[in-house]
Amino acid sequence: MADPHTQGHDHHDHDHGDDQPHAPVEEKGGGEYALMAEAMRQLLVEKGVITADEFREQIERMDSRSPALGARMVARAWVDPAYKARLLKDGSAAAEELLDITVAPLRLIVVENKPKLHNMIVCTLCSCYPRNVLGLPPDWYKSRPYRSRAVSEPRAVLAEFGTVLPDDVEVRVHDSTADMRYLVLPMRPAGTEGWSEEKLAAIVTRDTMIGVTEPRADA
Amino acid sequence: MTPEFNPGERVRVRAAYPPGHVRAPWYCRGHVGEVERVCGEFGNPEQLAYGLSGEPARPLYRVRFRQSELWPAYRGPGGDTVEIEIYQHWLERA
Repeated sequence: MADPHTQGHDHHDHDHGDDQPHAPVEEKGGGEYALMAEAMRQLLVEKGVITADEFREQIERMDSRSPALGARMVARAWVDPAYKARLLKDGSAAAEELLDITVAPLRLIVVENKPKLHNMIVCTLCSCYPRNVLGLPPDWYKSRPYRSRAVSEPRAVLAEFGTVLPDDVEVRVHDSTADMRYLVLPMRPAGTEGWSEEKLAAIVTRDTMIGVTEPRADA
Repeated sequence: MTPEFNPGERVRVRAAYPPGHVRAPWYCRGHVGEVERVCGEFGNPEQLAYGLSGEPARPLYRVRFRQSELWPAYRGPGGDTVEIEIYQHWLERA
C-alpha cells in the first residue's frame, strides 16, 4: 500500500494535527485541527484503510530521522568533489545513494554557500522542511515571526542567530512554497584540514543546514 | 503542459487574489523576477487541496527576486535575493 503519510496528498510533510497552514502555529494540543486529525486517524483505522500499527510505524520512522543524515551528506561533499558535484546536480539521488533512504516524491535541492553567497531556508506558507534528511523542524522554524521575517529582513534574523554577514555577501533566501525541499551545503571551515569524514560530520549541525549559522572548527 | 518560460527570462507573478488554497505567496504577487530553473511538472495544489485530480500537471519554476523589488523599504544590500517556487499559471512574461 502506498504510504498514506508521505504520498498522494497536496502537501507532503507538514505536521499533521494543529499545523494547518492558516492556523496559528502557536496553537498547541486540543485545538480544532488536532481533534479533526485524531477523528480522521480513528476513522481510517476503523475502516481498515490503515492499521494502527502502520500508523505507529510511520511515526516511528519519521522520528528516527535526524540532522545526522544531512550532516553525512555535507561531510561527504567536503571530502569528495565528485559526490559534491552529484549532490548539487540532484540532491534527491545523492541522498538516496549515500543514506539508503527514499526521498521521492519530494525533490531535494542542495544550495551551496560560497564566499560571496549565503543561503537560508524558510517556508513562509507552512512548515515545509527536508524531513527525510533533517528530521522534524525546530519550533522556531514553524513560528510566524521566523516565517515572515526570514523573507523580509533576513539579515536581522541571521544577526539574532549570531550570524552577521558583510554587505558584499549576497543573502539568498529560499522559500519552500511547493514541491521542492532545500538543504544548505555550508562552507567547510578553516582549521578542519585533514579531519576524517566522521569528525567533519559532527560539526555540521541542523542550523548550519537551514542556513541560520555556519559550522565552526571549535564547535 | 509545456514549460513556457526558460531560465533567465523575466516574469511577473499575477497580481490576483482568489480565495482558496494558493501557493503563490502573497508578498510576491505583482512583482517581477527571473526564472532560475524549471523544476518539472507537478499537480496543481489549488485542486489537490480539495481532493481533485490536480491534472493537468503544471510546470513549476524557481523564480529569483531582488529583495528591493519585493520590499521597497528593504534595508539590506541591493544584491540580496529571495527564490520562490511558482507554478506556471501564476506567471506572465515581464
